[in-house]
Amino acid sequence: MTWTSIFIAGILTYFTRMSMVTIIRKEMISDNLRKILNYVPSVVFPSIIFPGVLLDDFGAFVTISDPKIFGAITALVIGFFTRNVILTIVSGLSSYWIVIFIF
Amino acid sequence: MQPKYQIFKIGIKDVAPHLLSVFPFGIIFGAIGIELGFSPLFTYATSLIIFGGASQIVFLQLLSGGASSLIAITSVGVINSRHFLYGAVLSEYLQKLSLIKKLLISYFIVDQGFAVSNQYFKKNPTEEFNYYHLIGSGIILWFIWQVSTIMGIYLGSIVPEELGLKFAIPLTFIAIIVNELRKFDHVLVMLISGLTATFFYNAPFKTYIIISPLIGLFAAMIINKLKK
Repeated sequence: MTWTSIFIAGILTYFTRMSMVTIIRKEMISDNLRKILNYVPSVVFPSIIFPGVLLDDFGAFVTISDPKIFGAITALVIGFFTRNVILTIVSGLSSYWIVIFIF
Repeated sequence: MQPKYQIFKIGIKDVAPHLLSVFPFGIIFGAIGIELGFSPLFTYATSLIIFGGASQIVFLQLLSGGASSLIAITSVGVINSRHFLYGAVLSEYLQKLSLIKKLLISYFIVDQGFAVSNQYFKKNPTEEFNYYHLIGSGIILWFIWQVSTIMGIYLGSIVPEELGLKFAIPLTFIAIIVNELRKFDHVLVMLISGLTATFFYNAPFKTYIIISPLIGLFAAMIINKLKK
């Protein structure tokens, strides 16, 4: 029963991956649509980032002094100026840990 | 024109920094699966068959919490529906490929791989073998995800929970979007989708994960209309 559900979930997930790649032809994408598709990273990733930072494990708002908020702001600032992925992740994590373990 | 293997390696190199957060997340996932009472084989099978971190956690949590398979499957489908958007963006660059290649590459489309390879495609749209970048980034992410899941399954919580390494996931996505922070319209669209996601977070079946990007895209459409 549950094994069947893994396979169905897997097939469903694979469908979300392959459908657009196999269906869409270049002629189907107008210049306007292409412009809008440019925003895909800018709409998908914040939809994961914001709740991940602003909400706790139970879906309630964290306080403004939460270490996640401090870590996220640090990562944003460092990332903005360095454009370096490792520095962004490391600075975010270390500032988050500083708040947790030192303060 | 660069040889295929060269581009494959660039794909691996470009996505490598993100492994910093994918690796601990995989260990955490493996450990959670065992903690929730699933067998090592069952826990690992989700990494091989579903291959989508957040959706795998939700899937196992729902099943262990007594939810019906239908609810667990639906939630996986909703969480992973963001791949429709990735596929739509990538289709343009993969369209010259044979159907069989498209079907194989599709299995490897995940968040970080999509993000870095899409950036490479935008810079090298005419490179004949540019899709090898996506194969490179996808395969290394896949490999690390499989290995880290297995480590988490057998070594358990070697990553102490107090470290809060789940937080590495929002951070890896922050590292992706910083490239667009210098464009005002993108920042606006990010705020709209991010805040929408936060407010719809408790909507059933995790639908916030697809509702908010769609609202964000709608906002982008309006912004583009106004710019003209």
